[in-house]
Amino acid sequence: MEAFQTFLIEYGDQLLFKSWEHLYISFISIFLGVLVAVPLGIALTRVPKVADKIMSLVGIVQTFPTLAILAFFIPLLGIGKVPAIVALFFYSLLPILRNTYTGVHSLDQGLLDAGRGMGMTQWERIRMVELPLAMPVIMAGIRISTVYLIGWATLAAYIGAGGLGDFIFDGLNLFKTEFILAGAIPTTIMALVIDYLLGRLEERLTPEGIKDATETI
Amino acid sequence: MLKIKNVSKVYEGGKKAVNNINLHIKKGEFIAFIGPSGCGKTTTMKLINRLIETTEGDIYIEGENIRDKNVVELRRSIGYVIQQIGLFPHMTIAENIALVPKLLNWPLEKRRKRAEELLKLVNMDPSYLERYPDELSGGQQQRIGVLRALAADPPLILMDEPFGALDPITRDGLQDEFKNLQQSLGKTIVFVTHDMDEAIKLADRIVIMRAGEIVQVGSPDDILREPANDFVEEFLGKHRIMESRPNLQTVKQIMNKNPVSITEDESLSQAIKMMRDKKVDSLLVVDNDNILKGFIDIEMIEENRKKQSSVYQIMETNLYTVEQNTLLRDTVRKILRNGMRYVPIVDEEKHLTGIVTRASLANIVYDSIWGDQELIP
Ligand SMILES: Nc1ncnc2c1ncn2[C@@H]1O[C@H](COP(=O)(O)OP(=O)(O)OP(=O)(O)O)[C@@H](O)[C@H]1O
Ligand SMILES: [Mg+2]
Repeated sequence: MEAFQTFLIEYGDQLLFKSWEHLYISFISIFLGVLVAVPLGIALTRVPKVADKIMSLVGIVQTFPTLAILAFFIPLLGIGKVPAIVALFFYSLLPILRNTYTGVHSLDQGLLDAGRGMGMTQWERIRMVELPLAMPVIMAGIRISTVYLIGWATLAAYIGAGGLGDFIFDGLNLFKTEFILAGAIPTTIMALVIDYLLGRLEERLTPEGIKDATETI
Repeated sequence: MLKIKNVSKVYEGGKKAVNNINLHIKKGEFIAFIGPSGCGKTTTMKLINRLIETTEGDIYIEGENIRDKNVVELRRSIGYVIQQIGLFPHMTIAENIALVPKLLNWPLEKRRKRAEELLKLVNMDPSYLERYPDELSGGQQQRIGVLRALAADPPLILMDEPFGALDPITRDGLQDEFKNLQQSLGKTIVFVTHDMDEAIKLADRIVIMRAGEIVQVGSPDDILREPANDFVEEFLGKHRIMESRPNLQTVKQIMNKNPVSITEDESLSQAIKMMRDKKVDSLLVVDNDNILKGFIDIEMIEENRKKQSSVYQIMETNLYTVEQNTLLRDTVRKILRNGMRYVPIVDEEKHLTGIVTRASLANIVYDSIWGDQELIP
């Protein structure tokens, strides 16, 4: 306990700063991920033939080791926050893309026909029918993505992006357990808190009429 | 109003779902498409609102080729009830009903009023407006599905088995309700069903389809009387052909032509005597010209005997009558369902000409179902 207090006194500022950095890297990546994956997922439902191929391609990319991807971006983008964010962004894509695609694709065909038959434009259908109905599934994808990403973001320290990963790598280099813990524990707490908050958001965004029937895929 | 000209549809993959059909639908007409599953009914509907495009041929609405219209505008101008009801689960009933008005940018206030007004039309309480579809029974949901098609007041409505998922009793009620609605609103309706009873009950003309082609078009009576070929006959079913007899009979043909009646200025004691003689417990009341005025029954006399003395003073004038040329099939169900014991039959000038009792109806229904069957030796 005493050691904990000394650590806080000595590294408290740094801990706060690194946490902020961590959060910031994760959020920008996930934000970009949502921005790209949700529209792309919806677009893919319009071309189911192409969609299958793209989905499996993204799946393959996803299995590449995170560190390898990070390293891969170094020659292209150098080191620092930008390549880290780009790499993490690629990682965030798949769960969101897959859930958006499945969520929209598995909507009741009858409902979509009804919307079309009543004279909704493409955009109106997306906004008024597809997005709201697929929202629980899309949000589930965003949640999974975010939680993973907060974990993976520790690796970003490896290419000089900062964040809580700095503590962990220092700890590993210097054989200091408290440094490793100082990186790992806040990361875990952050992931849990964000997951909870996103859960609340998911509830808010899920339309009233389908709350009972909601099932996540 | 609606003209379908040499229209064919071949789906990707080569399935010919609709093969060279021609049909001319008049304004205000109620057309029922009927045929076995997969014969192309839904496809035909979708061709009309361009959910799918014709492979060959043209469709005209009010003389204008639908191909030349903006597809979104076209659809907004046609009411559409899809085969699976298709209410949006995330929208309230009000939002569901007023969806097309919303697409047409009606102000909220007006949409709201319209939804309320329509709900009233099917005798549903305005409190339903804020509910969600899954809180409604199947019958209520189908009602909302129909209202949704009516919301923007389109002159043409396509309905793909709108009452398909219902139990017979709910369906029956909804059909009656809907028929009244259609007649009062004067819409042109193209209706798909695979239930012959439904088609006969609702349609002005029935279109019988088979394997993408139209086999016969005609009024329900035409088709029942003269099925075009074996397929139609088969489709109608032996059972139905038999039933069609009472279907085409008028009430006059089967009514009892000697109803027990009394003139309105007779005394109550005379009425009691007549009831006793004829062994009945109610009498139809007529005036001197035999025009039906009302009825009295034994309880009414018991109650008023001390105060009044003449029949006209105590008779009940509110009674349900049927005109003698009404088709029997329209009457049977009403009488049986409403639990009336008898119905007085009148001519156009309200002269009492006969009576149909519940017991006699039961015999007729029984005969129509079993009458032609030979006894097993
Ligand atoms: N999108 C499609 N692609 C290929 N074939 C189709 C498609 N939609 C329907 N069909 C085929 O076209 C034929 C007619 O289908 P349609 O849905 O019009 O039948 P229906 O008369 O409405 O049947 P039901 O009474 O079962 O609703 C069927 O053989 C069906 O399998
Ligand atoms: Mg169909």
